[in-house]
Amino acid sequence: MSLPLTIAILSGGISHEREISLRTGRRVADALSDRGHSITLLDPDADLFSRLDGLEPDVVWPALHGSSGEDGALLGLLAARGMAYVGPAPSAARLAWSKPVAKTLVGRAGVTSAESLTVTREAFRELGATNVLSLVIRALGTHVVVKPSQGGSAQGVTIVNDADALPRAMVDAFTYHDVVIVEKFVSGTEVSATVIDTGDGPRVLPLVEIVPLTGTYSFEARYTAGETTFFAPARLTESELRSAEAAALTAHTALGLDYMSRIDLIVDERGTAHFLEANALPGLTETSSAPLAIEAAGFEAGELYEQLARRAAHNTVTG
Amino acid sequence: MTSSTPNSGAINLDPWFSHYAERASGLSASEVRALFAVASRPEVVSLAGGMPFVRALPQDLVSDALDRVMRDSGPTALQYGSGQGVPALREQILEIMALEGISASSDDVVVTTGSQQALDLVAKLFIDPGDVILAEAPSYVGAIGVFRSYQATMVHLETDADGLVPEALAEGIRRIRADGRTIKFLYTIPNFHNPAGVTLSAERRPEIVRICAEAGVLILEDNPYGLLHFDGPVPDALRSLNPDGIIYLGSFSKTLAPGFRVGWALAPHAIREKLVLAAEAAILCPSSFSQLVISQYLATADWKAQINEFRGVYRDRRDAMLDALGEHLPDLSWNVPNGGFYIWVTLPDDLDSKAMLPRAVTELVAYTPGTAFFADGNGRQNMRLSFCYPPPEAIRLGIRRLATVIAGERDLLETFAGTGRLTPNGSGDSVTAPPPDLS
Repeated sequence: MSLPLTIAILSGGISHEREISLRTGRRVADALSDRGHSITLLDPDADLFSRLDGLEPDVVWPALHGSSGEDGALLGLLAARGMAYVGPAPSAARLAWSKPVAKTLVGRAGVTSAESLTVTREAFRELGATNVLSLVIRALGTHVVVKPSQGGSAQGVTIVNDADALPRAMVDAFTYHDVVIVEKFVSGTEVSATVIDTGDGPRVLPLVEIVPLTGTYSFEARYTAGETTFFAPARLTESELRSAEAAALTAHTALGLDYMSRIDLIVDERGTAHFLEANALPGLTETSSAPLAIEAAGFEAGELYEQLARRAAHNTVTG
Repeated sequence: MTSSTPNSGAINLDPWFSHYAERASGLSASEVRALFAVASRPEVVSLAGGMPFVRALPQDLVSDALDRVMRDSGPTALQYGSGQGVPALREQILEIMALEGISASSDDVVVTTGSQQALDLVAKLFIDPGDVILAEAPSYVGAIGVFRSYQATMVHLETDADGLVPEALAEGIRRIRADGRTIKFLYTIPNFHNPAGVTLSAERRPEIVRICAEAGVLILEDNPYGLLHFDGPVPDALRSLNPDGIIYLGSFSKTLAPGFRVGWALAPHAIREKLVLAAEAAILCPSSFSQLVISQYLATADWKAQINEFRGVYRDRRDAMLDALGEHLPDLSWNVPNGGFYIWVTLPDDLDSKAMLPRAVTELVAYTPGTAFFADGNGRQNMRLSFCYPPPEAIRLGIRRLATVIAGERDLLETFAGTGRLTPNGSGDSVTAPPPDLS
């Protein structure tokens, strides 16, 4: 029997997704604690590394969403200190963190994604907002999704149905970040693919179909139990499932993600899977889709988390 | 862990989702509320919450009272007590209310678990779905939440620097009744209003009371801040003008400490009877332990001097905030509160306090968007700034950061000026207030 691990779970931080991160951290802590591991939850602050030095964990689990966690910065520092952690190389996290960069790389690897434009505050200033907006509409139409180029949990995201709502949607997204991606709206079945790698290569867990009651997978729909209905596996045809799984695997690999990632996709009416975004450190809260995929795959969550932690404890990732 | 619907394969993470009462429909996760989680970090200057600065309360005063209670009456303190509250404390509450001109019998005092519970009990007694509750514009977010949970319709009435406008009250009553709707009571915070910071003038008090009395509208007077005045006492409580037509709510949360969770209601006799029965149905009795410690504290400590200490602390913080606003944000407008915890700020142009909050969190400062204080979606151009908890130097830093936030947001809006509608698209999110444990 393997010895219990000492695991430091990092959750919280000062990103906009602090609360979600705290929830993920607690869930992972409970699952691993139930399996007999020694768990310490740490909220990253100025004392983090001295506390980690004192704790000398076998492995660190960064359950951090938003900046400093998912942007690879903290992962880089952990790697520089030679600390084993559950997560991808810092460079991979950086690539996935930027939605336009991820979209480009995943697109180059052959995965379809919605037509889009990436626009910056500077572009609006230099070229005039009216001009840029009319170019956006001319290129993509008025049924678009406006997102900050970084971040998760649908924060700052607006689905726009008419030109009138576009300026405000841009303002809301720019409130989060100075780079915004505007994507043509793709209708279809929204699915999330959880990709895991416990040491024998990445594999896609059963796809989870997401059906929000309001039709929009907003912050409220994500984190209020019951406001979204899930199907695992997704109600897709066999060929659609295979195609979406292949797209998820390609995205995971193209971005260099590792351990566990979540790839969000839309499968359109022709069965084509469109890449939406990748999450290097996916949410594992009580309302997140990844735990549903884990359960649908026949895993007990703690069992999978333990496998990931043990794998990390034997690796030292450099970025 | 999860719940699947047989046959359909659907997974609903809350199998009871369709069973909730209609009044629970607004109780959803909220993006704005999630942002407040960041405000609990020490890097963030939080001007959002309303936590009293309890460190200004000498801890030995409380521990002495606590020791004596356990020594002299431990079994009583640890036992169930009267649903109406400990008699000795109810007598002492009369002394406190006398400072604001109230003369009453301790028989008509009901001790509650914070005045928030009194709000809930009053709402439970009076509100049927669709009933109208009148309130200032803006009003206390905690009251809005309670009234909404009983499916009331809140109607906000014009409020200016002298508090609730009597003509608006009279006109509101007339208009609502002409529409065939039922008004159950006027909810009002006459002193150092939360969030507006204003105090109902002495001239308006009898007028408000008269209008309500003539129209047969009960008044629910909420007065948690009245003793925390900076420039002399407030006018006498409304309750002193019409004991039969007013339920008065008081609290130890601001003048002592909220951790005790002790407040009270003073009600006309018949209402008091029902309040006690409703309180017993809800919680059996308020905490005997907390009540006895407070009673001991009031009996042995110089509580009036302690309240004076609090006044000094909060006055300094208010001044720091006003100075910083004047220095860094001179083109905003705000009121100058003469007591309490809050400054109500009005933003210029198209600035939207709710939409701007993510930027503020990025800049490590938090405030409460004005939308939290309206039941009707208004308040986007306002924010409530709390000066009660952070020390003056943190307040100054917070206002400097807020100036950066506002400059950034204005620059953004200027970039998009002339492109069309910039009013928020709206998310249906109604929970825009911080949790109670946020500084």
